[in-house]
Amino acid sequence: MTDLFTTIVRSPVAQKVGVPQPTRLRRYEPGMPLCEGPVLVAGGGRFAEAITSWLGTVGVPTVTAAGDAADAAAKVGAVVLDLSAATDPSDLDALRLLGAPAVKALKRNGRVVVIGTDPDTLSEVAEVATQRALEGVVRSIGKELRAGATANLVLAQGEARDGVRSAVEFFLSGRSAYVDGQVVRVDETTSGDADALRPLAGKVAVVTGAARGIGAEIARVMARDGATVVAVDIPAAGDALAAVANEVKGTALQLDVTSDDAGSRIVEHATSRHGGLDIVVHNAGITRDKLLVNMDEDRWRSVIDVNLRSVLRMNEAILGEGGLAAGGRIVCVASIAGIAGNRGQTNYGASKAGVIGLVSALSRQVADRGITVNAVAPGFIETEMTARIPFATREIGRRMNSLQQGGHPKDVAETIAWFAQPGAAAVTGQVVRVCGQSLLGA
Amino acid sequence: MASKTSPRAPRRVAVLGGNRIPFARAHGTYAKASNQDMLTASIDGLVARYGLAGERLGEVVAGAVLKHSRDFNLTRETVLGTRLDPTTPAYDIQQACGTGLEAAILVANKIALGQIDAGIAGGVDSASDAPIAVNEGLRQTLLAANRARSAADRAKALAGLRPSHLVPAIPENVEPRTGLSMGEHMALTAAQWGITREAQDELAAASHQKLAAAYERGFQDDLVTPYLGVARDNNLRPDSSVEKLAKLKPVFGKGEGATMTAGNSTPLTDGASAVLLASEEWAEEHRLTPLAWFVDAETAAVDYVHGDEGLLMAPAYAVPRLLARNGLSLQDFDYYEIHEAFAATVLTTLKAWEDPDFCKGRLGLDAPLGSIDRSKLNVNGSSLAAGHPFAATGGRIIASLAKQLKEAGGGRGLISICAAGGQGVVAILEA
Repeated sequence: MTDLFTTIVRSPVAQKVGVPQPTRLRRYEPGMPLCEGPVLVAGGGRFAEAITSWLGTVGVPTVTAAGDAADAAAKVGAVVLDLSAATDPSDLDALRLLGAPAVKALKRNGRVVVIGTDPDTLSEVAEVATQRALEGVVRSIGKELRAGATANLVLAQGEARDGVRSAVEFFLSGRSAYVDGQVVRVDETTSGDADALRPLAGKVAVVTGAARGIGAEIARVMARDGATVVAVDIPAAGDALAAVANEVKGTALQLDVTSDDAGSRIVEHATSRHGGLDIVVHNAGITRDKLLVNMDEDRWRSVIDVNLRSVLRMNEAILGEGGLAAGGRIVCVASIAGIAGNRGQTNYGASKAGVIGLVSALSRQVADRGITVNAVAPGFIETEMTARIPFATREIGRRMNSLQQGGHPKDVAETIAWFAQPGAAAVTGQVVRVCGQSLLGA
Repeated sequence: MASKTSPRAPRRVAVLGGNRIPFARAHGTYAKASNQDMLTASIDGLVARYGLAGERLGEVVAGAVLKHSRDFNLTRETVLGTRLDPTTPAYDIQQACGTGLEAAILVANKIALGQIDAGIAGGVDSASDAPIAVNEGLRQTLLAANRARSAADRAKALAGLRPSHLVPAIPENVEPRTGLSMGEHMALTAAQWGITREAQDELAAASHQKLAAAYERGFQDDLVTPYLGVARDNNLRPDSSVEKLAKLKPVFGKGEGATMTAGNSTPLTDGASAVLLASEEWAEEHRLTPLAWFVDAETAAVDYVHGDEGLLMAPAYAVPRLLARNGLSLQDFDYYEIHEAFAATVLTTLKAWEDPDFCKGRLGLDAPLGSIDRSKLNVNGSSLAAGHPFAATGGRIIASLAKQLKEAGGGRGLISICAAGGQGVVAILEA
């Protein structure tokens, strides 16, 4: 999707005069190493030891202190700082002491992952303040990092060992290429080991809105990770849908998500044809933009119906008897517009903010069944839809983020696929933005 | 020597589902789509619906009525372009408008005999992308030149070229032995049986209304996959009515007695369809629930050239033979799918079965087959509404009837399709 503007700003002349150049992000491919270089693990919290030993088992070397930044051999691929034991603001200084030289020694596409303790599980005011401070540090580091590097925060509740491991793995890997400045909470739910190359093997995943764009990419990534995919889209998109279903060797199900029986038809198809239902990705969505003062009933209602009400209604059947299996996964697609709002998108913003509310409430309701409910909130993603945005608005959207570029549909899909992994059982009720730390809604 | 093999008992054959592209009026949206393009789209949609990507099936059988000479291996070439395993064998058949149903009979029979476990039967036709051939005189001249052994002989042969040879040979919708078009033939039969204009228009309007209703209630959601931006058959007129149809001028037949119009005759149409048939075991292994069973079929032909039978009357002969073999009466069905080549075809066939003289004199029956409950006829619309890409009609009807039987929780359906050359192909489905 290279336009004239992109060609110009990436030209050698532009580089010489100092136009900031986006880095080609390291995106996950099966078999790729977790990190490109050793990982510095430090901070002395309760997870550091387990992280170090796990990295050893997956063949990633670790170091405990940054070497000389000028020495290329001493460069690190990532920094994991475990500050979960910090209880007093003075403890935060460790971040500066350990972090500064480590960040200096980061390779391209490096990673900074900070582990903290979820402030909501603490009661001492000073402790809460200290742990909450991590969010400010991490988000600021994210904005300082260059060359495709990202900074993210994992907040652990209690001894959330499996959850911390899963989140750290995600943030270190190329799966999180466009995820920056995010905070993820993990609880104490334990999980077993999954096949690293095919973490979704044996799972049946339903993806709505799968005929094109982000939905088609979700289907591809799910299939790559081993899932059997049921690709769902409206009958009118059936030809594109069939192509996606055939590409991922799944099945196509033509239905309108707003129809009364959409949920039960999805359940029926998945269980009768594939023997069960493990993952549902509510990706189908539409936009019908107009300023509020000009918003007609049809625009308002159709957006709310497709993006929000259909999800609520389908979930009744999906979570009903004989529906989603225990340990199942529901992933919704929210949007930055649901967090920050967007001019001309009162309907869309309402629906996507509603989705965030749905995720938070539903995740608590189904926790006892081992089902997780999460959402991604894409920022500027390079799709046919964003290609149609007027030039100036598009360039602002594309570049006003810490990674100075738009994301790919695959970036959104990778985050969704992570939520769906068995290893992510401790991650629920979370909204992860896939936005390169966009300045919008930050 | 090893002991002699013993014959295997025939197996039940399941109709697992179907897929077609929406049918489009000729020289419209699909004007530039080839038969291979449309059949590929239709099979790929079926592959997607039933998760058959990379699967090797026993056989794919399909055909087209209007076929280019380059498409001598149409179905196999199509399979190679689909997502099916390229080691899936395929062959072409052609039995005019009976092609699609005959393809299903062939696949079903091989499954029943245990020769294959699963297969696809299909059909496609483009009245737009028609195979225009070179002038017969030009063809003969060129062939003679090609056979020539010397330059002089070749020059002599080519000297036979005439300006009139530039006129191409365009396929015509006429019976080669009578020179009459199918519509003209039907008009004769309709007049002979006294089929009224009103009755034909009523049947046509009902066809449009019922197909529109089928789309509205989502019945077509898993029968049709859009193609080239068309999501519904574009011949469909949901607001069709007897009043509107009554305004049209007759196009077939002559003078005062002419009753057949463009509204109660099917238009030339482009489209393709495919159905998936399999043994019970194969269906179970692939976690597919049979919609219906393909029970039996019969083909008949009439002598419309030397005899006095109507061109499209063969199904009237095929059905009683099929009923007798299966110990059924005409009334033992929950649904009747009688292909609407023309509204008059359906009405004549039904009238013939009610007629004691016809049933005794022509069919050799002691009593007429009798009338049917009209509310069971073409319940989701038929060719007058959907259109009729010749070889694709059989697949459309099989899939639609099988799904209807499944939805109804069981029952029996009769399929009857008339074909050029005075032929008729009929079949029974049960669920």
